[in-house]
Amino acid sequence: MNPYLPREAEIAGRTQESPNTFTLELRLTDRQPYDFEPGQFNMLYLYGSGEVPISIVAGNRDNGVLTHTIRALGHVTNGLAALKVGDRIGLRGPYGRGWPMQEALGRDVVVVTGGLGCAPSVSIIHHILTHRERYGHLSILQGVKHTDDLIWRSQYEVWAQMADVKVLLAADVAEPGWHGHVGMVTALFDRLQLEPDRSIAMICGPEMMMHAAADGLHNRGIGADSIYLSMERNMQCAVGHCGHCQVGGQFVCRDGPVFPWPQVRPLLGIRGF
Amino acid sequence: MNFTQVNKPCDAAVPRAGTCDNLTGENKLMAGHMEESSYLPRQALQTLFDTLKTQGFRTLGPVVRDGAIQYLDLTDAGQLPSGWTDEQSPGRYRLSKAESVRCFAWATGPQALKPYLFSARETLWRSERGPNGHLAFTAQTIERRPMAVVGVRACDLAALELQDRHFLDGIRDPAYAARREGLFIVALHCSHPADICFCASTGDGPRATRGFDLALSELDDGYLVETGSERGRGVARQLPLQPATPAQRQQAEREISDAAKRQSRELPSQNLREALFGRLEHPHWDKVAARCLACGNCTNVCPTCFCHAEQDVPELGGASSEHMREWDSCFSEGHSYLHGFLVRPETRHRYRQWLTHKLGSWHDQFGRSGCVGCGRCITWCPVGIDITQEATAICSDDGMPGGAA
Repeated sequence: MNPYLPREAEIAGRTQESPNTFTLELRLTDRQPYDFEPGQFNMLYLYGSGEVPISIVAGNRDNGVLTHTIRALGHVTNGLAALKVGDRIGLRGPYGRGWPMQEALGRDVVVVTGGLGCAPSVSIIHHILTHRERYGHLSILQGVKHTDDLIWRSQYEVWAQMADVKVLLAADVAEPGWHGHVGMVTALFDRLQLEPDRSIAMICGPEMMMHAAADGLHNRGIGADSIYLSMERNMQCAVGHCGHCQVGGQFVCRDGPVFPWPQVRPLLGIRGF
Repeated sequence: MNFTQVNKPCDAAVPRAGTCDNLTGENKLMAGHMEESSYLPRQALQTLFDTLKTQGFRTLGPVVRDGAIQYLDLTDAGQLPSGWTDEQSPGRYRLSKAESVRCFAWATGPQALKPYLFSARETLWRSERGPNGHLAFTAQTIERRPMAVVGVRACDLAALELQDRHFLDGIRDPAYAARREGLFIVALHCSHPADICFCASTGDGPRATRGFDLALSELDDGYLVETGSERGRGVARQLPLQPATPAQRQQAEREISDAAKRQSRELPSQNLREALFGRLEHPHWDKVAARCLACGNCTNVCPTCFCHAEQDVPELGGASSEHMREWDSCFSEGHSYLHGFLVRPETRHRYRQWLTHKLGSWHDQFGRSGCVGCGRCITWCPVGIDITQEATAICSDDGMPGGAA
C-alpha cells in the first residue's frame, strides 16, 4: 500500500461560512469504509495544484460524508474554494493523533478555540454530545479577531441552550449589537465555574493564544498534563517523512497534531520553532 | 541485508578504532575482525566487480567526474580513482594525483549513498482527469534491480542506518524500501580522512563496524576482505582470496587507527541537546547567520538530512499531473511556510533549526545525533562555515548574559 496515494472524493455539498471560509462535504467515490478520531486530519488534493492538511470537522457513518471547513489562503485552498458540488478531488487520511477523548471520560471538558481553531475542535463537541452520559460539564469558549470572522453562530446558540453546556464568545473587535465579550478569549476564564481537579482542557488556535490559554487555565488549577493543544505547521507528507512540521523533536503530523501541553511547552511561542 | 539487523538503535556502544591508546587492548578488540579477513591481490580486484555483475547487481563505485569523486555506475576496476586523492578544507574541495596505486586514498565525495536510495527528485504518483472530471490515481512503479556499492565509508554507513530508520520504521516509504531491499554494500575502512573529517569524534568511524556485506582495507599491493553477511560470504567465495598475513593485518589496523588520530576536528563532548536548546538566544546565532547564505548546500550534501518538498507538475494538455517530491532544505524560505507567514523568517532561525535538529532533537527522534562526522557540510559551504566550530562557540558561554543558560 502506497501511503502517499490519494483516493477520489466527490464534493457532495458546499457552504460559504464567511467571506473567505467555506465548508466542503466530501464523499469517497470508492465507498470504502472510513473511520477517524476527533482531532485527526486529511490531506486534500486539488488536481494539478497540490495537497493541504485539513482537519476533519465531522464524519457521518451513515452516508459516508466527511466535512472539512477551510479558509482560502494559498493557491490550493483558493482553488478548492472555487470548486462546485459534483467536482472531484483527492483525499488521503486520516492522519495524526487526535483529541484525548479516552482521558476525558467522566470529566468536565473545557474547549478553548481561537479563530478557525474551532474547526479542528468541533469534533470534540460532536463526540461529547453524541456520548453525553460519558462526559461531565462542557464549556465552549471561542474567540475571534472580528465578529465577522465568527462562523457557526446558530450552532453556538443551539449548544448554549443545552443542559450542562456553557458557551462563551469573545471578539477583539465587535460589531454593533454583539452580546459576547469584547477582548481576548482568555478573559472568559473568570466566568467559568471551574472544578480544576475534574477538568480537562483542549485548546486550538493561534500559537500565542494557546500559550496564553494554557497558562491561564493552569493558573486556575488545571494540571499541566490535563491541558492539550492542537498544533499547526507546514505539512506535505502527513506521515512524518518530509520534515516540514517539526517542532523540536516532534513531527506535528505524526506525533500530533494534538499534544499534551508539557510535550510542546518548552518551544511554544519561541519564534523560529 | 536484513532490516532487523540494521534497524537496531544506533546509540549502542560500538568499538571505536583508534580512540584507545592501549595497543594491547586495541589488538584484542580487533581480533574478531582480523580472524575473518582474507587477502585479495590488487590485480584480482576485477573479480569482485565481475562477481557482482554475474549475480545481477547494478554496481556503483567511486569515479572521478567533474572534478569530484562520485558514486557512479562502474563495471571495471580500471575506472576506480587510482592515484587520486582529495584535499578538503572549509569551503574547498580539490582532487590531485599522487604517486600511488591506491584507489581509495581519499575521504568523501560530495554525496554519500543518499541520492541512490532517497532520490533527489522523483514522482510519487500521477493523477489523470477524465473528460467527466473524474480523477484516477496511480502510484509510481519503482525499478527493483538490486544495487551494489563499492567503497562505502563508515560515516556513510552510519548515515544510511539513520535514513533506514527514518524511511522504513513505522510507515515505510515504498521507493526507498524498494531500492534498499537488494542493496549490497562493500564498505571500505577509511585510512585517508580529510582535514574536515571528524567521524572519530561522533563514534561513527573510521572503521566500518556493521551494516556491510563485505568490508575492505586497502593496502599498497591489495585488499584485506572481511565478510559481514551471508550474502557477503557468498560473493567472497567467488574471489581468489588468500590467507592474510599477520603483517598485512597489522598494517591495515595501523592505518585505521592512524586515520582516527589524524582527525583534528571534533564536536563538543557534552550533551548537545541540552546545551543547544539551553542557548537558543546565544549571540553566536546572529554571528553565524551574518555569514550564512542560507543556500542549503549543507543540507544537500548531508547524508542524514531527509527533508523533502512535494509539488504537483501538471502536463500542458491538462489531462494528467505528476505529484513529485524533491529534496528540500530547512534553509529555504518555503520550508517553514504556514498559511501566509513564515515560522522561520530569518537566517538565524534557519541555522538554529538546522543545528538544534541535527545535534539536538535528533536524540529525541532517533536516540542519537544526526551528525556522523563526514564533514561534507564544512567542505561544501561556500563561505566555509564549520559545524564543529559553530557548535563549540554556541556551547561555550562566551557572551551569554549571566553565564551558563
